[in-house]
Amino acid sequence: MRRTREPGVPVPLLVPAVLAVAFLVLPLAGLVLRAPWGELGPQLAGPAVGQALRLSLVSASAATALSLVLGVPLAWVLARSRARGRSVLRALVTVPLVLPPVVGGVALFLVLGRQGIVGRWLDQALDVTIPFTTTAVVIAETFVAMPFLVISVEGALRAADARFEDAAATLGADRWTTFRRVTLPMVAPGIAAGAVLCWARALGEFGATITFAGNFPGTTQTMPLAVYLALQQDPDAAIVLSLVLLAVSVATLLLLRDRWLSRPGAAA
Amino acid sequence: MRIRSSVVLVAVAVGALSACGGGDDGVAATTTTATSDDGGLGGTLTVFAAASLTDVFTDLGERLEADHPGLDVRFTFAGSSALAAQVTQGAPADVFASANRSQMAVVTDAGLADGEPQVFAANVLQIAVPAGNPAGVTGLADLAREELALAVCAPQVPCGAAAEDVFAAAGVEAAPDTLEEDVRAALTKVELGEVDAALVYTTDVTAAGDAVEGIDVPEAERAVNDYPIAVLTEAPNPQAGAAFVDLVRSEEGRQALADAGFRTP
Repeated sequence: MRRTREPGVPVPLLVPAVLAVAFLVLPLAGLVLRAPWGELGPQLAGPAVGQALRLSLVSASAATALSLVLGVPLAWVLARSRARGRSVLRALVTVPLVLPPVVGGVALFLVLGRQGIVGRWLDQALDVTIPFTTTAVVIAETFVAMPFLVISVEGALRAADARFEDAAATLGADRWTTFRRVTLPMVAPGIAAGAVLCWARALGEFGATITFAGNFPGTTQTMPLAVYLALQQDPDAAIVLSLVLLAVSVATLLLLRDRWLSRPGAAA
Repeated sequence: MRIRSSVVLVAVAVGALSACGGGDDGVAATTTTATSDDGGLGGTLTVFAAASLTDVFTDLGERLEADHPGLDVRFTFAGSSALAAQVTQGAPADVFASANRSQMAVVTDAGLADGEPQVFAANVLQIAVPAGNPAGVTGLADLAREELALAVCAPQVPCGAAAEDVFAAAGVEAAPDTLEEDVRAALTKVELGEVDAALVYTTDVTAAGDAVEGIDVPEAERAVNDYPIAVLTEAPNPQAGAAFVDLVRSEEGRQALADAGFRTP
């Protein structure tokens, strides 16, 4: 079998790849082309934009942190434990990926709302009401975004060589130590990639947030909600807001990529 | 119903991005427009109507189809502003019915309405509370109570604009916890019992049935929403469009609107 490699990309791959790029990039180009650049200054000067952007960044980061704390252990359980019913568990925790987010928002109401199964108790016993608060925004975003993290970390765990963990075990490390000192460093790039996906999904979250957290400037109105409402009245403002969100997310992802993702996986 | 708003969002986003799209469908629809032998209407009639008209218009559409067997009536119900944006982006609609004059003005200003839009109904705001009225809401002044969970429409959508007028007229400093993206979203939160009260249209309270109680707001007379309707200049099927507008404005149409809680001229 010849092992020489033809230069360039094969045509059957090149053509669809170029189409894919066009499909994904042209709408963004449309936004940039149609943007009312002259109005950019006045549009951005309004206090609402800064407020919504700050809330978006804070809540998406909080949702990512929450997803890391809860999602990485869940990914480990899915990838490493031998418990029965893991495939059912995996299917269950990925449901938010396919559930329309607005339905997710209603589902959160049914559990954590004032009349919800858990929320009723929180409301009466602890006087804690979750809907229409920034906490509700973080919860809605976590619900929708955490599965992205879980799936990518689980993939990284499955791809990681389990023999390192076995070796650690034979050297006397218990499973918790092995997880901290061997597994975690090994799958760090996978966790980072999952966290970025999760953050990006949380940043763009709309349906579950507007349903469960409502929409109030400064408390629950994130950028996607501000964009949607601007669209009702002033499409130019909506385009400007979208561009701001786009610029911030692209800048953040580039920054993280340089700092974090391109670093080769630092195995222990 | 909740899914609809995100569908609309996507539709608007797609519409906004494909600035000159939409025309092709219109042409295709025109070719299917046919007049049957008995002089009746045929083809497809596409009506864009405010979300609050969902029940009445669906009913009237079925009546029109019953009278004209060759006719297929299709509706898109959404927030008036989203629909107005779609119409100006070239969506192939025959008729546009808006929940206020300002969104109809978006369409007339673009030169897309055929003739002067006709006001066929009016809607007035009412306070909706969950069945049993657990928070004991009695009037507009209660919407200033900080301790209650309250929903009002966002000022960008018609019911929110009307709510602002009502609060201003009454001198009430409202304390909403959420500014909802459309009136049905506000109503849903009342139905779920997640808010103690919301300011919505009388027709929404009627449509919600037993789950929701309505409380009249005398101050709401200051901000009555007029509903204009127009056949569009780019209509693929203008004859059917005109027939639908006639039906809506007929005695039969007015009765159906009144039954749903609308005021009729």
